[in-house]
This record gives sequence, structure tokens and C-alpha cells, in this order.
Amino acid sequence: MLQRLRESKSAQGTVLALPTTLWLFVLLIIPLILTLIISFGKRSPDGDVIYSFTFENYTRLAGFSTDCPDGQATCFDPLYLNILMRSLTLAFNTTAVVIMMAYPLAYFIARAHPKRRTMFLFMVLIPLWTNFVIRVYAWMMLLRKEGAINIVIGWLANLLHIPFTPLEMLYTPGAVLVGMVYEFLPFMILPIYTSLEKIDNSLYEAAADLGANAFRTFLRVTLPLSMPGVVAGTILVFIPVMGTFVVSDILGGRQVILVGNLIQRQFLDARDPTFGSAASLILMVLTLIVTYFYTRKFGFGEEIIAA
Amino acid sequence: MNPHRRSPFVIAATVLVYFFLYAPIVMLILYSFNSSRANVKFEGFVTAYSSRVVMDGSTVVSSPCGPFHWFCDLAKNDDVLEAAGNTLAIAFTATIIATIIGTMAAIALQRYDFKIKPFSQLSLYIPIVIPEIVMGIGILTLFSQLFGWMNNAFGLTGDARLSLGIATVTVSHIAFMVPFVTLVVQARLQGFDKSFEEAAMDLGANEWTTFRRVTFPMILPGVLSGALLAFTLSLDDFVITFFTNGPGSTTLPIYVYGLLRRIITPQVNALSTVWILIVFLAVLLLQVLQSREAKPAHE
Repeated sequence: MLQRLRESKSAQGTVLALPTTLWLFVLLIIPLILTLIISFGKRSPDGDVIYSFTFENYTRLAGFSTDCPDGQATCFDPLYLNILMRSLTLAFNTTAVVIMMAYPLAYFIARAHPKRRTMFLFMVLIPLWTNFVIRVYAWMMLLRKEGAINIVIGWLANLLHIPFTPLEMLYTPGAVLVGMVYEFLPFMILPIYTSLEKIDNSLYEAAADLGANAFRTFLRVTLPLSMPGVVAGTILVFIPVMGTFVVSDILGGRQVILVGNLIQRQFLDARDPTFGSAASLILMVLTLIVTYFYTRKFGFGEEIIAA
Repeated sequence: MNPHRRSPFVIAATVLVYFFLYAPIVMLILYSFNSSRANVKFEGFVTAYSSRVVMDGSTVVSSPCGPFHWFCDLAKNDDVLEAAGNTLAIAFTATIIATIIGTMAAIALQRYDFKIKPFSQLSLYIPIVIPEIVMGIGILTLFSQLFGWMNNAFGLTGDARLSLGIATVTVSHIAFMVPFVTLVVQARLQGFDKSFEEAAMDLGANEWTTFRRVTFPMILPGVLSGALLAFTLSLDDFVITFFTNGPGSTTLPIYVYGLLRRIITPQVNALSTVWILIVFLAVLLLQVLQSREAKPAHE
């Protein structure tokens, strides 16, 4: 056995990779298989799982209920479909806003003097490393009726003699969007910066020599070469936004329910793990489909690791 | 053409985005000095010192710690101290294990060929492409089914019953940390070619000596940055911890989340301020270390 290990490179490789591979298999792949099995099960009255094979959880997600108000056999209520659509729309909107905010900043850092780049990047890392929950809390304080944003607007209105009543910003879809943008902005800045920084200065000089103006240079040189960063950033932003429940829970109150909130409640409050498992699988399939088509169109950059 | 020339649009956008990133943090820190316990409006600093805390309604008039009243209050909060201890214990244990097995896997994937290699490599991308909540509830299901079955099978009762706790959180953290360590070390291994190792072998070093004297010193910066990344991922994690923690294994993010759903005093802000300060110092230290290490390499 030991002799074989000493001689065979293949056996050595297997032994080195085994702990990680096993760990990931037991804690990532087996749980996914279990989730799949349970999603076809039924809920027992005390919230446990009864193993069976029924598509009930999936038809319920699609909106077909067997528990109808006026004695019908089946009825249609798009409640859960609406939640899925809301999550998808929010993830697309967040990603779009984040790209628009991250790009100029990443461009600025990449073109700054090399000595100052470290400091500017450092300034992006600080908010990123400040805890996720704490960052949501900061926005809760800002968006409140008595929060700083209302104070500033009120002060401006007073200055211009416009009557002002504090805006109700907390517990709205807008609050959730702002919170998501704030949470995930650094994840877009870092990969875009990485791909912009790689662009050789001579390319800009060549473009200028050939008579391209700043706008044309951006469109034909900078943008295409930075696409791997944008793609990596999109994956790093879109996927977590689809699954996050903390932001909507705290900034959306009970008003904005996303797939994440739906799943979380099935496991904690409503105690129906079978339905929660079905919803979680649908969430996973949705994100994989979107990621697949997106990366197939734009390619999968190595920038994802750089972040 | 000056390569560092910038358009006014880019500068304006940069200033606005930095403002967006920092305004909430500045507000958060300011409110940790709020004299109002209700913490709705900022009602000024606690300006007076006294041997005992003096309150007027919900406003702190004077305190032994003066303006730092809420920080002293925080230091006396046993729940916070326990949560901080748990957070650090989990992060340290998980980082050590994840770094060791993750580095081993990176070497295997970069330097060896073996049967399960494609599967090992592919499994590293799971935590990146799957939403964290899907992993979280999957792991919760695994533990609850497994523990339920074992408790029944072995007739465990009372304190002997297996349940969620620090161990389940640590084991789950390692699962999402390992891929990051492996990918970072792998990237480092890709950076230099095999000929260094081959030269050592030609000169008569055996595999272990080659690893110890050649490979390891070269990948050490990668291993350290992988470990640091893993450590911060563990400190910051909310979702996986949320689904795998049990009584007595509350971490700081879980504790803060619990507070946000109840009454929020400036103590939460004080906790956030301390956290931000520690992160600031840690990132600063890292930058200094990295720039020191980078300098000799260029010469």
C-alpha cells in the first residue's frame, strides 16, 4: 500500500485531493441530493418530512392549489410565481445599477497613478469587509422617517421654502434595491478593475494615433477588453441577490417578499421543509440557467477568482 | 497623450460612488455616540462624566465613560462577548483546516493526474454558482435528518442527543471556504513553472524535500492570502451560520440580526464601530505587509 503510494503519481494525487473532495461531496453534493428527494415528499402535521413521490410542492409553486375557497377542485393563484418574478427583476435591476456605478470607479482606479491605486482599492475593501448585517443596519438608519436622508431633504426644502413631510422610504421595494446595490457594489468594482488594469497603455496610444476620440476609444478598446470583468462581476452580484433574504427582511419589512424569504420561512416559521426544498431547487435552476446563458454569450473570465 | 488624464465625468462619478460607500458607515459611527437610548434621532454626545449612569427619560445625561457610554455598555454585555468568542473560535478552527486541505487539493490539481480530478475541480465551483441559501438549507436538512436518525438508532436522550452547535457551524464553514483557498493557491501554482521542482529533483532532492524547500516557499504568499480570505469569509458569514447554528453557538452576525428585529439601542452602533475599526486596522496591516513583500521581488 505504502509502496504503491510512493511509486504511483496518480495515487498521490488522489490522496492529496481526497479530503477536500470528500468534504465538498458530503456537505455540498449530498445536501443537494437530499433537497431534491425531500422536495417530492410531504409535510407531516408536526412539520417533519414524510418521504413519498408527489409533485404537489411543484404544482403549488406554479400556483395550482388544491385548497380552494369555494369548493372547487383546483384553482390558480400566481402568488409564488409573482415572488419568483419579483426576485428575478430585482436581481436584474441591482446588477444593472451596480455595473453603472462600479464601472466609472473601477476605471478611475485603474487609470490612477500606480502608487495611489492601492489606497483607492483599500477604500473599496473597507465597506466590503464591514459585516453584511451591519451594512443593512446602516441603511435602515438612513432610510427611516427620522433618518439622515429625510433630515437633509427637509433642510433643503426649508431653505427653499417648500412644504415638506418626511418620506416613507423604509419598507419599500426601493429600499431593498438600494440595500442590495450597497451590499454587492464592491463585488463588481474589483473584477472590473482587474480587467481594466490589464489593458496595456500602448493600446490607448495606438487608438489615439489612429485618430479615435475618447468616446470611440472607450467603445472599441476599453469596453470590449473589460467585458470579462463585467461578466465575472455580474455572476458575483446576480447569484447572491437572487438568494439573499436579510436585506429584504430588514429593509423591506413584510412588504417585499423574495424567494429567499419564502424559503427561509418554510424552514423556520411555516415549518414545511418539503415545500421549501422545492422552492430552493427552483431558485437554483433559475440562477444556473441565467448564469449559463450569460456566460455562454460573454465567456467566463478568470477575474472571478481575482475578486 | 497623458495616460493619467481623466474626464470630469469619471471624477464626478468616482466621488459620488465613494460618498455612497462611506456615508452610511460615517452615520453608523456617529450614532454610536448618541446620548438618546431610543436611537431614533441624534440628540448629541454624552458630555458629562459621573461615577454612575444618570438618565433623563431615555437620554443619558452623564456616564462613567462620558461620550463612550455605549462602548462601556457593550463591554459589559455577556451575550456579545460570548458571540465574539464563538465567531473567533469558529473562524480560527475552520481556517486552519480549510487552508491545509485546500492547499493539498490545489497541489494535487495543479501537479498530478488522477482519476477523480475533473470531479474534484468541478466541485470547487459549486459554492460560487449556487445561492448560499440553497447550500444552507441543504446542509440543515442533512444534519437534521442524520441527527434524527442517529438519535433514534442509538437511543440518545437528554444532553447526549446530537444537535446543531459550534461543530456543525465549523464543519459547514469549511465546506464553503475550501474552494476559495484551493482556487487562490492554484492560481499561484500556475504562476511559476514546474522546472524549479524538476531541477530540485534532478539535484537529488526527494519529493518531500522538494516540497519543503522549493514548492512551499514559492506558494506561501498564495497560501497566506487564501487563509486570510477564508478567515474573513467565516467572520462575515451570515446565511450558512443562520441555518446551522444552535443554542450556544450564536455568532456576532447572528446576534446583530436578532437585535435588528427587536429594540435597537446605540449599543448596536457601538458594536458596529468596533467591528469597522478592527476591519480597518486588519486591512491596513495586510496592505503594509503586502507592499513590504512586493518590494524586494521587484529588485
